Amino acid sequence: MSSNLYEGSVPMSVLKDTIVYRHTIAVLVDNEAGVLARVVGLFSGRGYNIESLTVSVVDEEAQLSRINLVTSGTRQIVEQIKAQLGRLVPVHTIKDLTDEGPSVGRDLALVKVDGVGEERIEALRIGDIFRCNVVDSTNGSFVFEVLGKSEKVDAFINLMKPLGLVEVSRTGVAAIARGAGGMVDEASLEPLPKPKPSAWPKTKSTPKRKTAEKKSAKKLSPKRKTAAKKAPTSSKKKR
Amino acid sequence: MPRHTVDGRQMLGARIILQALEEQGVEVVFGYPGGAVLPIYDEIFKQNRIRHILVRHEQGAVHAAEGYARSTGKVGVVLVTSGPGATNAVTGLTDALMDSIPVVCLTGQVPTHLIGNDAFQEADTIGITRPCTKHNYLVKDPNDLAKTVHEAFYVARSGRPGPVVVDLPKDVMMSEGTYVTAPRGIKRQQHKTYRPAHTPDPASIEAVVDLMVNAERPLFYTGGGVINAGPAASKTLTALVKDTGFPITSTLMGLGAYPASGPNWLGMVGMHGTYEANLAMHDCDVMINIGARFDDRVTGNLQHFSPNSKKVHVDIDQSSINKNVIVDIPVVGDAGVALTAITKAWKARKTRPKPKAMKAWWADIKKWMAKDCLDYTQAGPVIKPQYAIQRLFELTKNRKTYITTEVGQHQMWAAQFCRFDEPNRWLTSGGLGTMGYGLPAAIGAQLGNPKGLVVDIAGEASILMNIQELSTAVQYRLPVKVFIINNQYMGMVRQWQELLHGGRYSESYTDSLPDFVKLAEAYGMAGLRVEDPAKVDDTIKEMMAIDGPVIVDVRVDQKENCYPMIPSGAAHNHMILGPEDEEEKAITGDGLALV
Ligand SMILES: Cc1ncc(C[n+]2csc(CCOP(=O)(O)OP(=O)(O)O)c2C)c(N)n1
Ligand SMILES: [Mg+2]
Repeated sequence: MSSNLYEGSVPMSVLKDTIVYRHTIAVLVDNEAGVLARVVGLFSGRGYNIESLTVSVVDEEAQLSRINLVTSGTRQIVEQIKAQLGRLVPVHTIKDLTDEGPSVGRDLALVKVDGVGEERIEALRIGDIFRCNVVDSTNGSFVFEVLGKSEKVDAFINLMKPLGLVEVSRTGVAAIARGAGGMVDEASLEPLPKPKPSAWPKTKSTPKRKTAEKKSAKKLSPKRKTAAKKAPTSSKKKR
Repeated sequence: MPRHTVDGRQMLGARIILQALEEQGVEVVFGYPGGAVLPIYDEIFKQNRIRHILVRHEQGAVHAAEGYARSTGKVGVVLVTSGPGATNAVTGLTDALMDSIPVVCLTGQVPTHLIGNDAFQEADTIGITRPCTKHNYLVKDPNDLAKTVHEAFYVARSGRPGPVVVDLPKDVMMSEGTYVTAPRGIKRQQHKTYRPAHTPDPASIEAVVDLMVNAERPLFYTGGGVINAGPAASKTLTALVKDTGFPITSTLMGLGAYPASGPNWLGMVGMHGTYEANLAMHDCDVMINIGARFDDRVTGNLQHFSPNSKKVHVDIDQSSINKNVIVDIPVVGDAGVALTAITKAWKARKTRPKPKAMKAWWADIKKWMAKDCLDYTQAGPVIKPQYAIQRLFELTKNRKTYITTEVGQHQMWAAQFCRFDEPNRWLTSGGLGTMGYGLPAAIGAQLGNPKGLVVDIAGEASILMNIQELSTAVQYRLPVKVFIINNQYMGMVRQWQELLHGGRYSESYTDSLPDFVKLAEAYGMAGLRVEDPAKVDDTIKEMMAIDGPVIVDVRVDQKENCYPMIPSGAAHNHMILGPEDEEEKAITGDGLALV
């Protein structure tokens, strides 16, 4: 049998990986009525996870909106999600920020904590450590604004729980690729750019698989199914 | 009206729609009127270029449009009113989505200022049809009407075809707007965001041919994508199969792309496919899937699906690839374009598969063929359903025959015994399995092919789901033949109950069936009945001789099962070939939970 098989954008060996990863995906869409419903309906109809979803107009003139999605699934599922998104007519571009090079993501939460005495002081102290802004305060309450990676926001909320946490309002993740160059290709009439050769770790030969997994663990922060059961936070959407 | 005189002209919204349909080359519209679409009906009244076919139920309109589209290669067009008109169309739209049939469905809507107020006959058509269309549009400005209708046709027919809904509020149709002609030439292919795949990556084609020339047990597995790529794709496929000498099987939707009379044909693959096709799928070392989607009816148990093969998947829809089966070589592009490229690359190669290996492979296949898995015995006084269908095929095969079906055992027997030599002659509901598809689809096919002989091979249960369309056939003098394989049971349900549920035939027997002959007469058409195997041929000939629509009530064996069958949850090499096999391969465990 011929040795050098053509592998498409994602190698077969990678697609067969059964580890569940979290992916942040940016989708540039035409800002038309119902486009968000199309995206959300796709996820609910096909049973995909949405951990976080943000949407906002990013270019008034070109009427473009950007949807940032955090989802999780095996690589086969994540590739399927991207392909299904690609079928939606008003979708311009899809970028897998987890897969295609380094990116930054930020999540913002407003966290209301009721408390008096020691608890109140402790909350304020932790807020300081997390570089929160206090955006509202009364004799018996604070509203903290915490900004950062989702994990940081999660951690802060968890710490507030024993200190009188009453309410959380959270934006979900806004994410963007590091470095020069952007997603908006001037809504050009050129064919959509092919997905870049991926940064998938090679998991070719079976004996090496374990080490490869560990390496990839660092690179892609894989989230095993068990790890997915984190302390529930009020703003996380799960189907 | 010539293009240059209409471009930029002010017109009533409803007139713009008619003008746009005309420009798109529409000849027939299947529809049903109602308050919200009266302005369009008024415009239909004033013209005679576009023919309106009045169906009797909106589901029928969509299936008729599908039948028209599938048999002609054109886009089928539907016009229904708001609310119930639109909701009645939903099954048809879902059917068209599953089977990738190009349909444009215009739905009326309440006036824009009433949208959201629970107005009379208001339904959230856009919301309801979002998951069952390829795309949908709500037009709020009469100036957008022409552009939107043109775009709807482009989206419906290009790439992986599918249904598109255009929702039209009444006030938009009753105001004036500017007509624009459809973009021509290079612009026609340009859309702000939608860019269907077309030409596959040449590297992927080379990789496919690499596999092909080194194969020892190759197999073509083709599907509806080849049919959708147009008749030329079927010709290219046929030539490539001949060139390579590889065996070929196809899905239910792909029948006719490669002629069933061709020497390399193994018959249909899948749950009720042939023994040879399924074993070849299981045992092949190179599988070349062109325009099929590894549907669960085809793959059976995924864990045991073709365990030792390298798999190629050619599909115009990226999302079909690696969805159910992870493949070695993904090829994204039009089936016809890919077939031409593969043919060219194959011809350029010097290497060919080892003749010895190919000979051994064909010897295996011949051995499986020798099982004669479709064999049945017509003995005794009762007509076997297979016999009725086989005779129908034999007696109609020299005509330009189009076969539609309903859903059930009769559908599978039709797929097994009607041997299609050409594409676009076989119209069946594959993905959704919609009972009630066959009669309206036959009406659509007959309208698209006035000279063709159109036969709906039906079950007595399915036909009752859209029986009202007989009235349509009579009104338009459409000589469709409804050939009812009447076993008085929902045969496919009964078969599963026999095999999986201990013979507890819960609600699968239909009592109080109508007298189909009298029913035909009541509709103003001919009705025939046959109960004697010896009279089957004469009855079919009589049916064909009648110049008009006919119902034939064929009374068949009530308890016949459809074989071969891969039980749910089983692998391809675990087929039940006939009643003798049943005991041995009883369906248990997880298989019971599958559909
Ligand atoms: C609209 C719809 N409802 C239910 C079913 C489930 N179903 C599949 S086959 C079948 C029985 C069909 O009976 P009949 O038309 O008499 O065909 P037969 O199997 O007897 O040939 C049923 C109920 C379906 N496919 N479609
Ligand atoms: Mg029946």
